[in-house]
Amino acid sequence: MSAETATGGIAYWLRRLGGGVTGGIANLGYASRFLLAILWYTPAAFRRIQLTLREIYFAGVLSLVIILMSGLFVGMVLSLQGYESLKRYGADEQLGILVALALVRELGPVIAGLLFASRAGSAITAEIGLMKTTEQLAAMEMMAVNPVARVVAPRFWGGVISMPLLAALFSALGIFGAYLVGVRLIGIDAGAFWGQMHAGVDFWPDVTNGIIKSIVFGIAISLIAVFEGFGAKPTAEGVASATTRTVVMSSLAILALDFVMTVFMFRGATGV
Amino acid sequence: MNRSTIDLWVGIFVAIGFGAILFLALKVGNLLTLDRSPGYRLEASFENIGGLKLRAAVKAAGVVVGRVERVRLDPKTYEAIVTMRMDNEYQFSKDTIAAINTSGLLGEVYIGLDAGGDTQMLKDGDRVTKTQSAVVIEKLISQFLFDKASESPGGKDQAAPGAPPAPAPAKAAQGAKK
Amino acid sequence: MSPTAKPSASRAPAGIATWRVEPGAAAVELADVTFGYDSRTVLKGITMTIPRGKIVAIMGGSGCGKTTILRLIGGQLRPRSGTIRVGGLSVPDLDADALYDLRRKYGMLFQFGALFTDMSVFENIAFPMREHTELPEELIRDLVLMKLQAVGLRGAAHLMPAELSGGMARRVALARAIALDPMLVMYDEPFAGLDPISLGVVGQLIRRLNDALSITSVLVTHDVYESLKIVDYLYFVSEGRIVAAGTPEEVRASSDPFVRQFVDGEPDGPVPFHYPAPSYRDELFADVG
Repeated sequence: MSAETATGGIAYWLRRLGGGVTGGIANLGYASRFLLAILWYTPAAFRRIQLTLREIYFAGVLSLVIILMSGLFVGMVLSLQGYESLKRYGADEQLGILVALALVRELGPVIAGLLFASRAGSAITAEIGLMKTTEQLAAMEMMAVNPVARVVAPRFWGGVISMPLLAALFSALGIFGAYLVGVRLIGIDAGAFWGQMHAGVDFWPDVTNGIIKSIVFGIAISLIAVFEGFGAKPTAEGVASATTRTVVMSSLAILALDFVMTVFMFRGATGV
Repeated sequence: MNRSTIDLWVGIFVAIGFGAILFLALKVGNLLTLDRSPGYRLEASFENIGGLKLRAAVKAAGVVVGRVERVRLDPKTYEAIVTMRMDNEYQFSKDTIAAINTSGLLGEVYIGLDAGGDTQMLKDGDRVTKTQSAVVIEKLISQFLFDKASESPGGKDQAAPGAPPAPAPAKAAQGAKK
Repeated sequence: MSPTAKPSASRAPAGIATWRVEPGAAAVELADVTFGYDSRTVLKGITMTIPRGKIVAIMGGSGCGKTTILRLIGGQLRPRSGTIRVGGLSVPDLDADALYDLRRKYGMLFQFGALFTDMSVFENIAFPMREHTELPEELIRDLVLMKLQAVGLRGAAHLMPAELSGGMARRVALARAIALDPMLVMYDEPFAGLDPISLGVVGQLIRRLNDALSITSVLVTHDVYESLKIVDYLYFVSEGRIVAAGTPEEVRASSDPFVRQFVDGEPDGPVPFHYPAPSYRDELFADVG
């Protein structure tokens, strides 16, 4: 490769990198303005409460099956694996508190968030993208109905409201699954199981921080989902790639936000 | 999908969602058992607090009468100063002993209070003068091995290599009972 | 003759510029409108007049800017230059509230209908009524049934859009477009993809509704046969310019090459058959020594 083509190649890749970064920042700007627009039209969306209720149904109720089943299985597995490790130190009675803290603080919000993003987030993106492709959004605009108020805001709030409820259900089912395996199957004392858990899991900060996390995740997932759907290219592959982007971006956002929040929330929770 | 069905399911969903949150708060967490009653503060200093954590229990005769609120190091004496938040219901005498105990071998660490016979009671801000530090397993083992080694002259039972020769403080050795 | 040249003298600019209307009678007036995206200019100096109560067709090949004209009239796009007046109001200068009021007087039929797929036929037509009026449900029900009756689909009120055939969906969309008795209805390719019977039905409906409700209609289409049957005037657009215009009789009798190619469906003429490419001979023999 000659010197010119080498530098030409490097310059090309640098340009692409720069373009990617500026594009990413521009996208972040659009997303923030979009969020502001959604918040602006929120009162209009809630005046027609039926719209939001419908979206809570589609985002939340229809995700119940996967959330409940996953929660149950995760709790059962946690219980099994946890017991094996704890038994070695004679601390098997700590199983309850181990599982409860893991679920309530971390696994509940995060796994429920990831599942929600792939099930409900992708559905929202696909739906809005399809409405854009079939000109339904343009038709609404021409009928002097603001599509952000009518289509986007209800779906956003449907997601934000559903997410914390789903995360709590995930944790609750997980603890129940751990109980089934730990107490019923393995034979740990039920009193110790619940007692240790009760003493060790504090409402403040454990449960509340878990709830805060799930609300933050809900906002992130819902915003990404409606944003990608609304901005999708009005073609079949445009909608498909928007849907994939929703799942990928939401998952990354969940994990990144989780780390940041965990640092702030649980710093110093273990003592001096 | 008509409206009433959607409303029904959303209602069910929100109800069980809140139910789950309540379950987590009450059954799993300890929302209502938290000390909401006003309390007074006591301080105690220990040579070693072991694994004592914030919000650890303060118990007397096994009953929770307070919580550990704050732990800090005294810069002059290099001892740990523990601030306890006590339930107003219970008063303790000035010669109460505060000891750091462990429930079980690897259980939670808490402060146990042994009330004395003094007629005067500890007030808000007072310091518990008699304290017993935590049992540190390593020092216990080294103490045991040191004792064993000094028992048989000639070193038939040799002192464990690397065991620090300094005996554990008398207080800690006495505090070894559970 | 290149498609951008002015038509022959007999098709004088007067025929394109205005259509002898009295002042105030025009529903829509475009004067020298230019529009484009960053580098590409889609419309170059479009001037047309659409009088009240008439049906006007805008014809041209795909991608010549016909739909853009509709979006400009609807206020979804802003022109680079020129004026767009609807009922005397300059559309690009309207603020959000005024645009909202203006759009309430529009009806629009999108290509393939653009019905809301999560609502039934009845609810699709009731949608603009519920959004923009405070009418009680009983009255809305009667109005919806009347509109459906006008397009012949009263019996399909409970169906979902997915259960409709193409022609039926188009008719429902038409009923929705006239739900609030608009003053101006815009049709984006209303005849695209329809079977012959549906073509005739939709065409007749457009004409009859236009006359019965005294609305003004703008048709964007490339279906010459149906258009000639029902419209009052036609504009031909090619590469962003108006290249011909006239009444159906004038168009049928026209000797303008572009009009002739379009009407007769000739593969080659002012709109070339071959996409621009280097010489055939050169390309075939490119590898040879």
